[in-house]
Amino acid sequence: MTPSSPGFREMKTVVVRFAGDSGDGMQIVGERFTDTSVTVPNSVATFPDYPAEIRAPIGTIGGVSAFQVHFGSRKVLTPGDEPDALVAMNPAALSVHLPDLAVGGLLVVNTSAFTEDNLKMAGYTSNPLDDPALGNKYSVLAIDVTALTLEALKDSTLTNREKLRCKNFFALGLMYWVYSRPIEPTIDYVNGKWAKKLPALADANVRVLKAGYFLGETYETTRTRYRVARADVAPGVYRKLSGNEAVALGLIAASKRSNRELVFSGYPITPATSVLETLAAYKHFGVKTVQAEDEIAAIGVALGASYAGKLGATATSGPGMCLKSEFIGLAVTTEIPLVIVNVQRGGPSTGLPTKTEQSDLFQALYGRHGESPLPIVAANSPSDCFAAAFEAARLALKFSTPVILLTDGYLANGSEPWLIPDESTLPDISVPFADESQPYVAFKRDPETLARTLAIPGQVGLEHRIGGIEKNEKGGISYDPENHSIMTGLRAAKVAGIAKDLPPLHVIGARSGKLLVVGWGGTHGAITSAVQTLVAEGYPVAYTNLRHLNPLPSDLGEIIKGFDQVLVPELNNGQLSMLLRANYLVDAIPMKKIKGRPFKVSEIRERVLELINA
Amino acid sequence: MVSDIQNIPTVPALSRKDFVPDNEVRWCPGCGDYAILNSLQRTFPELGVARENFAIVSGIGCSSRFPFYMDTYGFHTIHGRAPSVATGIKVANPDLSVWVITGDGDGLSIGGNHMLHLLRRNVNINVLLFNNRIYGLTKGQYSPTSPVGTVTKTSPTGSLENPLNPVLFALGAEATFVARTADNNPKHMVETFKAAHAHQGVSFVEIYQNCVIFNDDAWESVYGKESRDDQMLYLETGKPLLFGKDKSKGIRLNGLTLEIVDAATAAPGEILIHDPSHLSPIYSQLLATMGQPDFPSPMGVIRSIEKPTYESQVQEQIDHAQAKKGNGTWKELLHGGSTWTVSGDA
Repeated sequence: MTPSSPGFREMKTVVVRFAGDSGDGMQIVGERFTDTSVTVPNSVATFPDYPAEIRAPIGTIGGVSAFQVHFGSRKVLTPGDEPDALVAMNPAALSVHLPDLAVGGLLVVNTSAFTEDNLKMAGYTSNPLDDPALGNKYSVLAIDVTALTLEALKDSTLTNREKLRCKNFFALGLMYWVYSRPIEPTIDYVNGKWAKKLPALADANVRVLKAGYFLGETYETTRTRYRVARADVAPGVYRKLSGNEAVALGLIAASKRSNRELVFSGYPITPATSVLETLAAYKHFGVKTVQAEDEIAAIGVALGASYAGKLGATATSGPGMCLKSEFIGLAVTTEIPLVIVNVQRGGPSTGLPTKTEQSDLFQALYGRHGESPLPIVAANSPSDCFAAAFEAARLALKFSTPVILLTDGYLANGSEPWLIPDESTLPDISVPFADESQPYVAFKRDPETLARTLAIPGQVGLEHRIGGIEKNEKGGISYDPENHSIMTGLRAAKVAGIAKDLPPLHVIGARSGKLLVVGWGGTHGAITSAVQTLVAEGYPVAYTNLRHLNPLPSDLGEIIKGFDQVLVPELNNGQLSMLLRANYLVDAIPMKKIKGRPFKVSEIRERVLELINA
Repeated sequence: MVSDIQNIPTVPALSRKDFVPDNEVRWCPGCGDYAILNSLQRTFPELGVARENFAIVSGIGCSSRFPFYMDTYGFHTIHGRAPSVATGIKVANPDLSVWVITGDGDGLSIGGNHMLHLLRRNVNINVLLFNNRIYGLTKGQYSPTSPVGTVTKTSPTGSLENPLNPVLFALGAEATFVARTADNNPKHMVETFKAAHAHQGVSFVEIYQNCVIFNDDAWESVYGKESRDDQMLYLETGKPLLFGKDKSKGIRLNGLTLEIVDAATAAPGEILIHDPSHLSPIYSQLLATMGQPDFPSPMGVIRSIEKPTYESQVQEQIDHAQAKKGNGTWKELLHGGSTWTVSGDA
């Protein structure tokens, strides 16, 4: 087929959203669609959106689970603002997601799920599929997925119940046809997973997938199909990586490059759990994982391991961070390297466990008693979590300090292709322990970094005591007022001095102009997309993303001075903007969003234009 | 760098003074902690462990100052959380001899959860719980082991809470080694600490300890000169449960309850023979329920059974994975899962 083939429309990018009941397998279908699209190759970003309840009552609004895939022939940096196509497996999914569908977009609905009960649960008083307005606004493809799935499996030995669980693959097959995707990668996946153990299941899924695909040709011959050409992506070997997987791999890479065994301890908490799950499968890398009894013990185990000379790490989300804060203070005052990952979610308290937010920046900065500064690193895309975790470990070891790595639910669950780096690009981050031939002074500092050197149990002749009570340079308990002032100052100076260790900021756009956008974390994709386009269109706007939130990079102040205005989009109530105001006396304009969902590119674009044109 | 503690001949002969650091001890004069410190300083040189391979971890409280008074590696952590730090140390380096020093408030109140899980995981760590039935460092409030009716500043009309029996708590978590000793019996403390060290698995030792300032004579009615013969029963493996002056009284089982009998008139085999190695914790639990006002308190090793330790199994799983899959390589780490190649001619 060539781009000019009749019946095909070329698209630069497409956003597809699969939505259904949480038992409908929408996450699986989204994953398959993603894995297929990366092999084209297209540039891809994803956004899984699922309820906190494992199995909310079937058919309810609360039970709707969705997966959005954005794929393109040009660089895709976000999961996309509004879907071009929506697959709604039941009325609740339609009710929740239809408002997002682009006007004129493709709407695929499973008619068999539009029963009176399901309509009622979704809050419909009449069947929306009967409303002619729907067909006028969208390109509707109403099909009885249930009946067609059962028909495709009429010879199968599976039970009816089992057959119906294949119906997600019918929708997947149909979408493959619409967007001209190959079905072979999915067939290979299904066979690889089930052909040996459950051949009947593998066969059924393949048959249903094909039935969905061929429906396009037999049933809707006049329908337009779309093509998204292969993207001009950098050559190399890729893999798909979610944020939490990337954190896990980054920590293992840091363990290898520092020659310290990784000891990771965590307590299950959404959306951080899969970091522990991923690491538990890496035992042959010498990774020791401990599922602790609670959040407090998890960081205690990690700190104990670091004290004993390993790379100790833990991961959690906001509520867990609250519980860990006393231990973080201990790590600050004993100056022991430790990586603490906070996969942020909507708060406060239980908040929105499965939704994303960036509202723990202040907690990371100030969420401890006493003067207890520590470095803060933020990841800005799912695969960037690898580099960010490596950086967190590097700083922890080099400066002998706990480091907080901030990611978020959107990065943790979202995934994107990752250009696999050559390991030689990862620097040696090893740090020696104390010299056994010298008398040991526990809090003697490197004059350059102000870091202390660890002596670990097992080292001959370096026995010493440390703890949470204020200490003098020798590590002895000291209640001396002058000493407390000196030690507090040294701890602060050490962390502040890390700024000298940071690379210059990368700025998209010119170094001066009307408006500088400053962002951090997972908003990076949306801000980059918006600003890149605006810069290309000639607007006097620029953007910089902060990898380090504490200390702030030393060139940020100068960069800010080059612009008339500073805009800070954040998924919180204006935390970074307040920090910039305090540090640089700049009238930074906050752009807040606290809806448990990421920014849309269009939201950023509109706000930037509003300020520039004002 | 880290020497192998199994390699005993390389350990130089140590004496008590090798474990005494320069800094002064700051417990109240007359505190029971001094005797415990002294006993541990006498125990350590006899264990065949190099000094650098000891790590002492504590939480917060009077007892938790302990690491500062032992010239070993020591970590004074935060209130109640020593078991988690100790677990991290032991998992990180199983060759170390790790000791947790805690008290009735630190170990059973604020840190009760961590203690429970340390015990059930069977990490090869020795826990010494100083039980003085009072909060000392905060100047005298009732603790989770204070008897009902204890009058303190926070319970001016008497405490209402049922006290926790530390030994029964440890047995509830099925700790593999549970013992009890007292601060006024250095010889028994040293023996008990040695047995705790020898045990491969978690060792929980309750120490009756006196707080001279806020709860003086905390255990006088048990271990005082006047009462100790009748109020304490020293356990010896393979020996009958006898106590009292001239060992005149014994313990027998009647149905599901224990009874005191006259040793002289008891039928042969009627008095229970102490066996701490029963796999079921029930015998040990029966023993642990003994105490005032009706029974003597059992002293010594109440339970000691063998089970695989947590840290050795963590290491075994790693060894097994490495034997099966080989040591993880960079290629496997970075290129694991499904990958695809984008060629330059796009």
